[in-house]
Amino acid sequence: MPTMLEVTGLGHRYRSKDGEHIALDGLSFDVNAGELVCIVGPSGCGKSTLLRSISGLIRPTSGQVRLHGDVVDGVPSDLAVVFQDYSRSLFPWLSVQRNVEFPLKKSLDKAERRERARQALEQVGLAGAAGKYPWQLSGGMQQRVAIARALAYRPALLLMDEPFASVDAQTRFDLEDLLLRVRREYDTTILLVTHDIDESVYLGDRVVVLSKSPARVVRTLDVDLPAQRDQITTRESEAFVALRSEVARLLHGQPAGDAPTGNGRPSAGRAPAKGKTGTASSAGSTAASSAGSSSGSSEKAASAKAQPSRNGQAANRNRGKGNGAKSRRRGRARR
Amino acid sequence: MRRTVRGLVGLVGFLAVGEVVGRSGIAPPGYLPPSSLVLTRLVELLATRSFVLDLIATVLAWAIALGIAIAVAVPAGLLLGTVPALRHCARSVIEFLRPIPSVALIPLAIMVFGIGPDTKIFLAVYAAVWPILFNTIYAMDEVDPQLVDTARSFGLGRWPVLTRVSLPSAAPFVATGIRLSASVALVVVVSVEFLAGGSGGLGRFVLESSSGSGRMDLVFAGIAVAGIVGYLVNAGLEWAQRKAFVWSAATGEAS
Ligand SMILES: Nc1ncnc2c1ncn2[C@@H]1O[C@H](COP(=O)(O)OP(=O)(O)OP(=O)(O)O)[C@@H](O)[C@H]1O
Ligand SMILES: [Mg+2]
Repeated sequence: MPTMLEVTGLGHRYRSKDGEHIALDGLSFDVNAGELVCIVGPSGCGKSTLLRSISGLIRPTSGQVRLHGDVVDGVPSDLAVVFQDYSRSLFPWLSVQRNVEFPLKKSLDKAERRERARQALEQVGLAGAAGKYPWQLSGGMQQRVAIARALAYRPALLLMDEPFASVDAQTRFDLEDLLLRVRREYDTTILLVTHDIDESVYLGDRVVVLSKSPARVVRTLDVDLPAQRDQITTRESEAFVALRSEVARLLHGQPAGDAPTGNGRPSAGRAPAKGKTGTASSAGSTAASSAGSSSGSSEKAASAKAQPSRNGQAANRNRGKGNGAKSRRRGRARR
Repeated sequence: MRRTVRGLVGLVGFLAVGEVVGRSGIAPPGYLPPSSLVLTRLVELLATRSFVLDLIATVLAWAIALGIAIAVAVPAGLLLGTVPALRHCARSVIEFLRPIPSVALIPLAIMVFGIGPDTKIFLAVYAAVWPILFNTIYAMDEVDPQLVDTARSFGLGRWPVLTRVSLPSAAPFVATGIRLSASVALVVVVSVEFLAGGSGGLGRFVLESSSGSGRMDLVFAGIAVAGIVGYLVNAGLEWAQRKAFVWSAATGEAS
């Protein structure tokens, strides 16, 4: 398999009034064409920064990213990103349909665009919402619109930043399986960031585990599960359970059973440490991780804070990620 | 609905007070004509050819001035809003020019443009440029960087990002600026007509009615027409804004 994406010695350092922050500290890994690679890492370790660097939105301060062998300098043309902050990545003045058509404008004519968007919305189960506006949808629905838009674009490389963080468990399973189908159908290469250990193992061909901030690659694990995966049987298989325990151990840098961890963050890693077998604990870990994660739990909670309003932005800032609108603007103004 | 009713109640009350005061004889006869007389004159005036021409002259000058102000201030605001270096350079000049009242520029404008309608149009443009300019600059600052990144990630360059993301998201703020400017421009047009005479219009009608014949009933009727025009302009723009930017009101982004 040819290598599609090569990340070598990638480093990024944010500069702000109150000093410097090293977000990425010399990351290296590859993604082969057609692969689905998952990235897991502790909260705030620099996962979003990594995706921004790969997509050419920000310039790395050291190292480089190569896509199809060419050094990324500016945004490559056949790449799409599903951002973590999905509610702020939908255009509020465009209907759902037009949001999905947005990136297709230069490549397709009107009828094709419409058809492409219709199809993608149907795939994510939002066929009925095409005429609505983003602010009329719940957080989970908004997130699915963002996913539909990326799917409709049919990029060679799809970057996804916690794309299923605020949908309910059932929708999440459906979307995970949709992603696996789409990827096979269109031969898309996918790099997906997630908080959820189970999700990383379920979806990935490989899992890249990152360290606490500043992010380094702790280990890259091959997921040797059969290509055809199933939400029930795959998750209860021995290989799956072993893998996710391994990921959890790597994430916390200590042997299993020694939970809780010292970083004070409710994480997906704790659940497998408590109960090691069976679907019940696996589902439990999913729920625990999404409920505990800072990026929103149920659809309801998400929709409350997902309004792209001042409140929404404030909420984002309050999440303590330091990448709210204000701080990023400061970063931009300096360039 | 309820708001309309309350508004009407206020208006009727105001007219009633005007009527009573006008008839009470507090002011010397002829100084404060009662509301009913003013309203009658107003209706008569609207059927008078020369007055209608004055009205048209004012509205036309206002519309031209607002159009020019938009054509100047929006592009300038976009430019200053997207290029911070330029904004810092322009700031001192803007801060110097902005506080100058446009009526203080009347002598200068008459020297340059003569006594015709160009003078009042120029001065109205001068006054109307600022709200639009400032709102546009501010709006460009408020464009959500996440939206810009989203567009960029789909391969949009600088220009498409400006036209397809920055402009639409700035539009509600710009529209608010235009609405403020519309009122300002009308005030300036009528004031200049009044102070500089010359080119016809509501302002000159008021001037002539008061200084020549001392007809306060006509003066008040003329003022009332100016007020009504201002009200209609503002209400019309407000309505258009609400229609066009439902999403903005719904997302709480602007005005
Ligand atoms: N524009 C910025 N300016 C300064 N610091 C920033 C900026 N964006 C992010 N950071 C900092 O860089 C670190 C990594 O942020 P990043 O968003 O990449 O983490 P993350 O792993 O995606 O977090 P999460 O799991 O919460 O999504 C954080 O400490 C954050 O505060
Ligand atoms: Mg992130």
